[in-house]
Amino acid sequence: MTPIALRSSPTRTRRRKATSAVMLTLTGLATAVAIVPLIWIIGYVVQTGLPALNADFFTQLPTPAGVSGGGIANALVGSLITVGIGIIIAAPIAVLTAFYAASHANSPLGLAVRFGTDVISGVPSIVMGIFAYALIVLPQRHFSALAGGVVLAFIMLPIIVRTTEEMIRLVPGTLREGSLALGAPEWKTSWRVILPAALNGVLTGLMLGIARAAGEAAPMLFTAFGNPFMNTDINQPIATLPHTIFVYAIAPYADWHAKAWATALVLIVLVLVLNVSARVLVAWRARKLGLSR
Amino acid sequence: MENSLAIKTTVLAQPQVNEAVRVAENAIKMSAQNLSIYYRAFRAVADVTLSIQSNAITAIIGPSGCGKSTLLRTFNRMNDLVPGSHIEGEVMLDGQPLFDSNIDVVDVRRRVGMVFQRPNPFPKSIYDNVAYGPRLYSVTRKSDLNHLVEKSLRAASLWEDVKDKLNQSGMALSGGQQQRLCIARALAVEPEVLLMDEPCSALDPVATLKIEELMQDLKSTYTIVIVTHNMQQAARVSDYTAMMMMRPDRAGEMIEFDVTQKIFTLPKDQRTEDYVTGRFG
Repeated sequence: MTPIALRSSPTRTRRRKATSAVMLTLTGLATAVAIVPLIWIIGYVVQTGLPALNADFFTQLPTPAGVSGGGIANALVGSLITVGIGIIIAAPIAVLTAFYAASHANSPLGLAVRFGTDVISGVPSIVMGIFAYALIVLPQRHFSALAGGVVLAFIMLPIIVRTTEEMIRLVPGTLREGSLALGAPEWKTSWRVILPAALNGVLTGLMLGIARAAGEAAPMLFTAFGNPFMNTDINQPIATLPHTIFVYAIAPYADWHAKAWATALVLIVLVLVLNVSARVLVAWRARKLGLSR
Repeated sequence: MENSLAIKTTVLAQPQVNEAVRVAENAIKMSAQNLSIYYRAFRAVADVTLSIQSNAITAIIGPSGCGKSTLLRTFNRMNDLVPGSHIEGEVMLDGQPLFDSNIDVVDVRRRVGMVFQRPNPFPKSIYDNVAYGPRLYSVTRKSDLNHLVEKSLRAASLWEDVKDKLNQSGMALSGGQQQRLCIARALAVEPEVLLMDEPCSALDPVATLKIEELMQDLKSTYTIVIVTHNMQQAARVSDYTAMMMMRPDRAGEMIEFDVTQKIFTLPKDQRTEDYVTGRFG
C-alpha cells in the first residue's frame, strides 16, 4: 500500500477535466433532446397549418368537404363560450377552496381537499366527459355548450386549486399577522392582503387551467358535441377548437386535414398568447408592487 | 387629543421631576396578574405580574426563548391565533379584563397596536398601507383618509421621505423606512398602546437610532411596550424594564421589574446583574 497522495498528479487533473467535459456534453445533449419535440411540434404545426390560414378562416363557417374556403368562426366562438362557462364556475370555487386548504392545511377537510384535488387531476378527461354526460346531457336529453363548460370546470378545478394554494402558502405569515394586529378579521385579511399578495400565483393558476381546458377534445365528444353552424345558445350543441381538430383530422379529405392543422395552429397560438400575456401582466404587477426587481 | 396635549405640557414643564411625576400621577395602562400562558399543555410563561405605566416605555428583556414575545403578544391577544394557546390569570387594559368573554378582540387590537420584528408592509402603495387600518373601521371619506395618512406618516417621521411618492409600493422602501411605515400603519388606527416586538433587530444602526428617537417622540401620546434583545437599547430608550428568565421547566418567568435605571445599575436579582453585565450563561 502506498500512502494516498494528497496533491493531485497531472494524470488525475487530466482525467478530472476529461470527466467534467464528458458530463457537460451529456447534460447538454439531454437538454437539447428534451426541447427538440417542443420545437418540432410547433415547427410542424406552423409549417402545415400556415398555408390554410387566411382572414376568412377566422370569420367564416365550415364548408363541406371539397368546397374551398370556409373557416372555424363557430369553433372559436364555441371555445370562448365553453371555456368562459368553465372559468366562471371553477374560478370562485377553486380560489375559495385554495384559501381554505391553505389556512387549514392540517384539518381533516384540508387534507381531504388536497388528496381529492390530486386524485381528480389524475382522472382522464374522457371519464370527466362521461360523468358530465350522465349528469347534464342525459337529464336534458340534448348536448349543450353548458355541459361542455361544466366538464371544463371539473378539469380546471384541481389545477387552479393546487396552484393557488401553493401561492397562498408562499405569502409570508407576517403579512397576515400585520393585518390581524390592526384588528382586521380573518376574511378581510385574506381578501385585502393575502389575495393581492398572491394574485400573481392565482392568475398563473387560472391561466394554466384555461390553457389545459382549451385543449380538451375528448370530453367535448359527450357534452358540447360539436356544431357546424354558428351557435351562441348555451343550451345547444356547440363546436370547439380541439373537437374541430378531431373531426377534421379523422375525415378522409385532404382539404379537411389542412384545416385541422390550421385549427391546431390557431389553438397553439391562442394558448401561447394567453400564457405570455399572463406572464407579462404578472411581471408588470410584481414590479409595480416592488415584489421583485 | 386634548388629553395627550396636556400630558405633553406637563412633561415639558417639569423635566427635572419627570420620573417621579410619571410614576405618581400616571395611571396604570395595562397590567398582568398571575399571568400564565400555555401552548396546549406547555407552559410558556409562568405567573407574571406586572404593570405597564401609561405614556412610558416599558422594555421586556431576557435571553432567547424566555417568553418575552409570547407575553407581548398576549397584550393584544395575537396569541389567540396560535391553536391551543390559552391563559390563566388576568390581563387588564384600563382596568378592564382583556380576555373577558364579552370583549371583542377586534376592539382590543385597535386599541393595542403592534409592530413586528421584520418590517411587514403590505404589497400595496404607501398610502394604502397606512389607510388600511382606518378603512377597516369604515373611514371612507377621501379627506379624512388623507388627513389620517399624513398625520400618521408625520408621527412616524416618514412624511418628509415619502410625501412625493405615496402611490409607490411600500415594499420598495428601505428597511428602516419600511419599519417606520409599519409604525405609521399601526398609529393610523389611533391606538392607545403600541407593542413593539424587537422592532430594530432587522435594521442597521442608523435606522435603529431613528426608530429609537421616534419612540421617544411617541411616548407623550402612546404607551409603549418593547421587547428587545439589545440591552443597550433597553437602557437607552425605556423607563421601566422587566427582566425575564427561563425556569428549569422551560416556562418563562419575570424575575425583576423596576425603573430601568435601577435594573441596569442596582439590580436586586443576581441573575439580572449577570445578564445585563453580559456575564450570563
